[in-house]
Amino acid sequence: MIKIKNISKTFGDKTVLSGISGEFEKGKTNLIIGSSGTGKSVLLKCIVGLFQPDTGSVFFDLRNFTEADKEMKSEIRREIGMLFQGGALFDSKNVEENVMFPLDILTRMNPEEKIERVNFCLKRVGLEGVNKKKPSEISGGMKKRVGIARAIVNNPNYLFCDEPNSGLDPQTSILIDELIMEITHEFDITTVVVTHDMNSVLGIGEKIMFLYKGSKLWEGSNNDLTHSGVKELDDFVFTNKVMRSLKGS
Amino acid sequence: MKGFGRYVIFLGSLFVRRESFKTYYNLTLEECIQIGLKSVLLFMLVSTFMGAVTTIQTAANLVSPFVPRFVIAQVVREMTVLELAPTIMAVIFAGKVGSSMAGGLGTMRITEQIDALEVMGINASSYLVLPKIIAALLMYPLLVIVSGVCAILGGYIVGSLTGALTPTEYIYGIRYTFNPYFITFALTKSFTFAFLISSISSFKGYFTNGGALEVGIASTNAVTTSIIAVLLSDYFLAYLLL
Ligand SMILES: Nc1ncnc2c1ncn2[C@@H]1O[C@H](COP(=O)(O)OP(=O)(O)O)[C@@H](O)[C@H]1O
Ligand SMILES: [Mg+2]
Repeated sequence: MIKIKNISKTFGDKTVLSGISGEFEKGKTNLIIGSSGTGKSVLLKCIVGLFQPDTGSVFFDLRNFTEADKEMKSEIRREIGMLFQGGALFDSKNVEENVMFPLDILTRMNPEEKIERVNFCLKRVGLEGVNKKKPSEISGGMKKRVGIARAIVNNPNYLFCDEPNSGLDPQTSILIDELIMEITHEFDITTVVVTHDMNSVLGIGEKIMFLYKGSKLWEGSNNDLTHSGVKELDDFVFTNKVMRSLKGS
Repeated sequence: MKGFGRYVIFLGSLFVRRESFKTYYNLTLEECIQIGLKSVLLFMLVSTFMGAVTTIQTAANLVSPFVPRFVIAQVVREMTVLELAPTIMAVIFAGKVGSSMAGGLGTMRITEQIDALEVMGINASSYLVLPKIIAALLMYPLLVIVSGVCAILGGYIVGSLTGALTPTEYIYGIRYTFNPYFITFALTKSFTFAFLISSISSFKGYFTNGGALEVGIASTNAVTTSIIAVLLSDYFLAYLLL
């Protein structure tokens, strides 16, 4: 479980996040939703420590990450896996080296154990026989899969995904979403997914936080999404025709 | 000025929370291959021609019967050691190595590869940049030495071919009143330029934000800024050390 308390962040004189609190549950896919530019990615980066929030703290299972000392920080970091928007694979390394990288850096496994773990993860995300390919030689969907494999290779307790299906076709998007949800349940991970894709919201949104212009306006499950009574959320949800017709019925 | 402050902070950040020595060793070795092997042919080509051209032009200018012809070789030597090899090659180094450092780091930044390293708890600036700077410090002086040798060889070949001076005269000239301090000076310059080019280019690339367009801009900025820094420091080093 991850708890955030009163997170604020400004860049220069631009307030991007103001006083966001909330909880992300273990073994569930927790979603942060909202339209582009509302600060979803910045919130995610504050949570994983890529940005230092101006105020507030982040707790990973009761451990205060924001005020942790160096050792505690690296202990928590060891338990974090992250999937970036474009996959963020290292161009100079092949698929296998990319997935192995966290093991090289964070563990003392021997080479055989590492390769076994890498192959297990690649198989888990449905990729076999591409070990020696460079990121430039594989498709966008495959990059995301490799990114997921790299994120889970060190058995994380926390998994973060920023727009996991941006740039993918609808079918591949659903497959990636499902993969993230399956992995979350299978390994009992606290997963936080940032998205603005309504298909994902309905498909894998077990717990949802809605951001609007840097503030949290609503929190709940996808069952309650359509009758939240929050105007901004309705506007976000019902931009889609299919959704509008659902509302009408 | 603000940019300079950030540059100094950036340099400081290279030395905190480092990975294991072995990691750095391997990364530096890789960078040495990238920087050294991939530029050596270009350096040899350019410097050979520069030596040749210097020889011909000096020969054309020294028409006085009172000046012995071995002086041509002496001039080529001084030009090469003092300026052509360390400084002109630095401009080429900035264009080839500096731009690719900035471009590579800029791409890593905008595709979030740098964030990915940071999430794993790696000090990305140190991990990515320190090996580049060390490799540049190791390889650039070597490239300068190679260039110097090639330039002098180029002069030798052209001097003999055109009959501007005989091989014996050329070799005599090269060895005539040689001041070894100039070599020390040239190497001091090489280290300084290597550091400036690699650190400035890395700095420009590392703090790219935006998209592919900004990576291109960062790359160009890296080259122009490093060249200006090289020329300024060239002036100050000449002023202080000669
Ligand atoms: N490093 C940064 N420096 C300055 N402003 C930033 C930075 N990162 C994000 N922002 C600003 O914060 C706002 C929210 O961005 P972001 O979190 O990426 O939105 P999204 O919800 O689409 O993920 C944007 O207006 C963006 O310009
Ligand atoms: Mg975003």
